[in-house]
This record gives sequence, structure tokens and C-alpha cells, in this order.
Amino acid sequence: MTCLSAKDKDTVKVFWAKVADKVEEVGSDALSRMLAVYPQTKTYFSHWKDLSPGSAPVNKHGKTVMLGVGQAVACIDDLNAGLLTLSELHAFTLRVDPANFKILSHCLLVVLSIKFPNDFTPEVHVSLDKFLAALSRALSEKYR
Amino acid sequence: MVKWTDEERKVISSIFSNLDYDDIGPKALRRCLVVYPWTQRHFSSFGDLTTAAAIMKNEKVAAHGTKVLHGLDRALKNMNNIKATYTELSILHSEKLHVDPDNFRLLADCLTITIAAKMGESFTAATQVIFQKFLCVVVSALGKQYH
Repeated sequence: MTCLSAKDKDTVKVFWAKVADKVEEVGSDALSRMLAVYPQTKTYFSHWKDLSPGSAPVNKHGKTVMLGVGQAVACIDDLNAGLLTLSELHAFTLRVDPANFKILSHCLLVVLSIKFPNDFTPEVHVSLDKFLAALSRALSEKYR
Repeated sequence: MVKWTDEERKVISSIFSNLDYDDIGPKALRRCLVVYPWTQRHFSSFGDLTTAAAIMKNEKVAAHGTKVLHGLDRALKNMNNIKATYTELSILHSEKLHVDPDNFRLLADCLTITIAAKMGESFTAATQVIFQKFLCVVVSALGKQYH
């Protein structure tokens, strides 16, 4: 199960509350960076007309993904149970190679660092990194 | 040999010429030691690293952070052959310091995040592509002599 301490969970919740009203721009920026810096990730979006930063599909999907992260923050005490449906979606329908969760997590952290340079301290960074790793593990639960 | 466009050279050069090494170097290393605590294994002689607060105050960490960041200057001056430039340092890290080369990637990620915080919105996706390409080449060169 997840190895997030009580302190990690509190840190994540407090920080995420600050991110809450920028969810769309954070998501769009993170996704844009992922597609640009790690072009192999574009293979999952061959059905999109426009993969450029700030395009409609990128904005929409960035928001979707961030709302998913928000959902994970809300069920941080039991990620496996809380993300069951999303895990099944990623396992059986989307079949995203779990290595990509790490890639997107990194891009998200870069965006958070840019938008919250004073709040995104090393202590917040480590708790968020652990949380995103736990989230990624929960998302891969149903893969095999 | 890695190819660099004029634009890439310009962007990398600009990032480093505007860098405060004494600020960014320590910040990047501190972040690495806090976020990836197993990296502390190489710094047992640095004194107190037991808490994030101790790491932030530690002067040896700060000095070493600056030193490591200046290590990237070699790549800047020898963009056309980064691999050969780091042969000696690669051997040093492998045979004397015994650093797992995955640690270079971890520090590179922390440096990216530290510089992103500093540059703010001007650290665009396009800039990130170039900067990460540069760090990737350096990281690869540093791991080249391990056997």
C-alpha cells in the first residue's frame, strides 16, 4: 500500500488547495511540456488534430488529467480504492505504459515550480513526488 | 556526436550566462538531497544532513552545489564533443566516487526544477526541450566510462 506519512498527506492537501483554481492552465502546460520534451508520448494522441501547446485538445485533456489528480488528493487515504475506475480505464482501455506516468509527473512538477516558486519548497516537492508515485502505482494496479 | 542547432546553442548559452551559480548550484543539490534522500550516501563527511532544515543550512552542501554546477561549464565550452570532455570525470565518478549514474539524472531533474523556478514563465516548453536535451547529453557522457 501507499507509504505516505501523515505529514506527506497534509502537505499535499495544503499545496493542492493553492493549485485548485489554476487547474486548467497547470494541466495544459504540463501536458504541452510532456508532448514537447518527450515526443514518444505523442503516440497516445494520434487521434488529435492539434498537439501544439495551448491547443483545444491539449487544454481539455490537461484539465481532465488535473481533475483526476484532484480526485486522488481527495482519496489520498486509500488511493487504490479511490482510483479503481481510473485504474481499470488505464489498464484495459487506454493501456498507457506506466513509464509515462513518471514523465508526466516530472512535467507537472516543473510547472508547479514555475507557478509556485516560493511554495514549491524541497519539502513540498518530496511529498508531492511521493504522492504522484503512489498515484501512478494505484493507476497501474489493474494492469496485470 | 550530438548535433546542436544555432538556436539550441543560443538558448543554453543564455541560460548559463544569466545564472547565479552560488544560488542555483546549492538550491539544486539541496533539493536533490531532500527529495531523493538516498543520494546522501555520498556525503557522509558533510556533517548534519538528518533533516531538510539541516541540509538547507549545511555550508558544505552549498559549496559542493556550486562546484557541481560549474562542472557543467565544461560542456558549455565543448558542445561539439561533450562525451570526450567528460571522460575523466566519468572515470572519477565510477572508480573513485562510486556514484550510481542514475543519480546524475536525479540531480539533472532537480536542476531543471530549480532553474524553472528561477526563470518562471520564460522557461517555456521550447526552452525546457533544449535544456533537458543538454542535461541528457551531459548525464549520458558522465555515465559513459562505467563498466
